[in-house]
Amino acid sequence: MIAALANPERFMRFSRWAAPLFGVIAVALGAVGLWLDFIAPPDYQQHYTVHIMFIHVPAAWMSLFVYGCLAGASFIGLVFRHSLADAAARAAAPLGAGFTFLALVTGSLWGKPTWGTWWVWDARLTSVLVLFLFYLGYLALQAAIDDEQRAARACAILALVGAINLPIVHFSVTWWNTLHQGSSVFRKGGPTMPPVYLEPLLILSLAYMAAFGALWLVRIRGEVWRKRANALALRAAG
Amino acid sequence: MNGFTTLMRRELALSWGRGGGPLLALAFYLSIATLLPLAIGSEPGRLAAIAPGAAWIGLALASLLSLERLFERDYEDGALDLLALGPAPLELAAFAKCLAQWITTGAPLALLAPVAAIALGAAPSLAPVTFAAALIGGLGFSFCGGIGAALSLGARRGGVLIAVIVLPLFAPPVIFGGGAVAAYAAGLDWRTGLMLLGAYSLAMAALGPFAMAAACRNALS
Repeated sequence: MIAALANPERFMRFSRWAAPLFGVIAVALGAVGLWLDFIAPPDYQQHYTVHIMFIHVPAAWMSLFVYGCLAGASFIGLVFRHSLADAAARAAAPLGAGFTFLALVTGSLWGKPTWGTWWVWDARLTSVLVLFLFYLGYLALQAAIDDEQRAARACAILALVGAINLPIVHFSVTWWNTLHQGSSVFRKGGPTMPPVYLEPLLILSLAYMAAFGALWLVRIRGEVWRKRANALALRAAG
Repeated sequence: MNGFTTLMRRELALSWGRGGGPLLALAFYLSIATLLPLAIGSEPGRLAAIAPGAAWIGLALASLLSLERLFERDYEDGALDLLALGPAPLELAAFAKCLAQWITTGAPLALLAPVAAIALGAAPSLAPVTFAAALIGGLGFSFCGGIGAALSLGARRGGVLIAVIVLPLFAPPVIFGGGAVAAYAAGLDWRTGLMLLGAYSLAMAALGPFAMAAACRNALS
């Protein structure tokens, strides 16, 4: 699949219909998930604030998922020197930063009514904040190097350094402090969450993922077009 | 090994030419330690509570300071090209650079760390563990920072860029080092923090040179 799409022509043909398809899937799943969310009964402890979860938790998952995509694309770009992988990494970074920011903001809005504070220096919050700062550093490095190919390779090295470092950051922060509740979906013995919440949560997660797929493909297409436009401009000038 | 000793001697000799060696970082560290009571207030009780942590974060910031020149000077005058062409692998040159950075900047800063902590009001009994944590952590700061320095070669505004790239990655050593000192102050088990700090620093020393060499080759290409 990935090997077949490495050809830019084939990728452009594939993404031409795949990007809108993912977009439609995202909208449909999002509508269903939000509907199930709205008809879900208020939580016995958290009342209506539990609805924030359906926006917050998928965003937090996506912040890591996008980093995985970024690191994977960076690895392919670095090892096989493939320009489409560089474009994919370049296109994924702002999306990842956006999801991480969304997770932080919704988490803060959720923390105020449930914990009574906008922000606490707890392990999960802190490691997501570090992830966000790392995305910002990645974007800063990308913006600071003029030569595009050189910037892509430097960013790919940074992404792989981050892929090794971010688990260490997560471990160290957990060692340091923990207040955030543990995961209630991914745990031994199955989820502890009632199905009435679990179903919209999973549907909305898929919607987020489809939305990311659509936006990612559109952004990669944009990168490919931008490169073509630059090449045409160079040819016209020289 | 001969190539390595030559590289080390070169780096150690050059480090004094790089903006006065450790003096700049030491002066920066002292300035942070001076400004802190002015911002927080000089009541001994309040200062003493944050002294070990403040000394430690000052150390992390001060060790960023001389990183900009780590590869930049060799990159500008072409010495990095020669190092890349030479018989010793670029990884070894990067390792020697960071080790020299640790010896010439990290170690003097580690000597200053307990002084700063005590001046801010930490108990003098914390001095040995503060020094040990600063010395071990300095190795990690130097190698982790070296990655940032190598990546930002040829970029605009390299110095600030290094800080933005590297500071999020400084979270583990800051946590382990600060944790070790705080645990010692509270009479708890402080060895775990120091050992984790050592593990982090050694892992960075082992893996960092590969990333640095890759980044240098990319900048030279």
